[in-house]
Amino acid sequence: MKGRADKEEALNTQNSLLTSEKMQSIGLNAWFGAKQALKNINLSIRANFVTAIIGPSGCGKSTFVRCLNRMHELVPGSKVSGQVLLDGRDVYAKEVDPVLIRRRVGMVFQKPNPFPTMSIYDNVGAGLRLTGLKKGKNLDEIVKRSLEQATLWDEVKDDLKKPGTSISGGQQQRLCIARAIALQPEVILMDEPCSALDPVATAKIEELIVSLKRDYTVVVVTHNMQQAARVSDFTAFLYLGELVEYGSTKDMFENPTSEITEKYITGKFG
Amino acid sequence: MTSYAYRKFKDKLFFVLSLGCVIIAVLPLTSILFEVIARGASQLSIRFITQAESAGGIGQAIQGTLILIGLTGLMGIPLGVMSGIYLAEYGNNKYAASMRMFNDVLTEFPSIVVGITVTLVVVLTLGYYSPLAGAIALSFMLIPLVARTTEESLKLVPNSIREASLALGVPRWRTIVSVVLPDAKSGLLTGILLAVARIAGETAPLITTIVGSPYFFQGFNQWMDALPLRIFRDATQPDPKVQAQGWGAALILILIVLSLNIGVRLASRGRLRR
Repeated sequence: MKGRADKEEALNTQNSLLTSEKMQSIGLNAWFGAKQALKNINLSIRANFVTAIIGPSGCGKSTFVRCLNRMHELVPGSKVSGQVLLDGRDVYAKEVDPVLIRRRVGMVFQKPNPFPTMSIYDNVGAGLRLTGLKKGKNLDEIVKRSLEQATLWDEVKDDLKKPGTSISGGQQQRLCIARAIALQPEVILMDEPCSALDPVATAKIEELIVSLKRDYTVVVVTHNMQQAARVSDFTAFLYLGELVEYGSTKDMFENPTSEITEKYITGKFG
Repeated sequence: MTSYAYRKFKDKLFFVLSLGCVIIAVLPLTSILFEVIARGASQLSIRFITQAESAGGIGQAIQGTLILIGLTGLMGIPLGVMSGIYLAEYGNNKYAASMRMFNDVLTEFPSIVVGITVTLVVVLTLGYYSPLAGAIALSFMLIPLVARTTEESLKLVPNSIREASLALGVPRWRTIVSVVLPDAKSGLLTGILLAVARIAGETAPLITTIVGSPYFFQGFNQWMDALPLRIFRDATQPDPKVQAQGWGAALILILIVLSLNIGVRLASRGRLRR
């Protein structure tokens, strides 16, 4: 796999990439009601790399990515403090419209969730249609390109009018990825995108994740450490709402600096 | 008796008891239906349903009921659906909780009280009885029903779909209109039609608002007839011929309500079902 070469490259360039931080969280805290889910997270996400967020259930990894596109605040009783920078500008600044942030920072969820009332074609076009961005653009072309990027085009090109829910789970997840990239976001967040899928479908999505980083910055939440090792360039390990360790994936898996990280990646808990 | 036979007996007994109760519950309904058909069917003719009272028909009552359904739907459905959207999509606060309770109370409100209240507020203000007042009274009964059914069907829409839309950067209102409502469409339509069918048979709110009339629609400042009022008038007359017309009117009203119900079932079985 070429992933290995990519990782080497990531290692070499890690220190010289300080200026290519796509997103950065600074002192990020998040709460559900009185329960604090994230504690003072400082983390940089580099442009055009895949960053994996790993950690045991309940460690706050989903909450973290949901803070990056301001989805966390949709949960009743939730609260966020601290900063999240996107290209150096705070997405939580007062004058920022969360709706516009979500157009730049797309998201793919744990369970495939295509719109059940829409066809495959309409699902991919939904973002552009419903945000009113379609004007002056060729929707057919965008739908085709997005499905191609999501490596789904060949499988559905004759069934574009069929409901989005009529295809298999793995195909639905790639449809959701196509739906997200149709808007040409800058960052794609994936919240355990393979946990509801079988191994074959998982392999396809993983391949896709690696290919996406050419055009996008990708953040993948996963509870599968092999998956993190396979697809990511950088890995962050969260435990009990705190960032325990963050570095290149290779370093993290070969020489973890923290004892908890080592225990987790060797499967002693979690 | 062995204990196995005894247990089996208890099991049978429970089954027979519940079946018996269903029969007791359904019997009056079917007997009403049969009675109405037996006595009303002989009345049915084109003349009967198209002519006014003076010509021995119930045309003006059918027309009145259809006008009322139309006006009530026009006022009540949008208000009810919007209220239901608020309760389901924005209703995560204490105001909504009390509104929800108030809405439930309104659903069970005695319809005669609604009628008299509307009479005091609308009829006395206008200075005349009006089909509009009747439709307003019926709307007050329709809105809570529609609001409730809208809220219930919107809550059945999985949250993951809302999140998918919001995560695409689709504004909240657009998410509700273009993603949530289409997904709830069949439940919504069923609920609305059933609510309309329910208010179509209401009598009490009409007595003091449109009063009843032997003539076809005369204008918005005049009395108007409706099937329930006509049935009530005919039933209190001593003349058996008039009483028979009342049975005919009852059959027509039941047919209208039944066709709404059956329409719902056909629609939700066909293309509207996902």
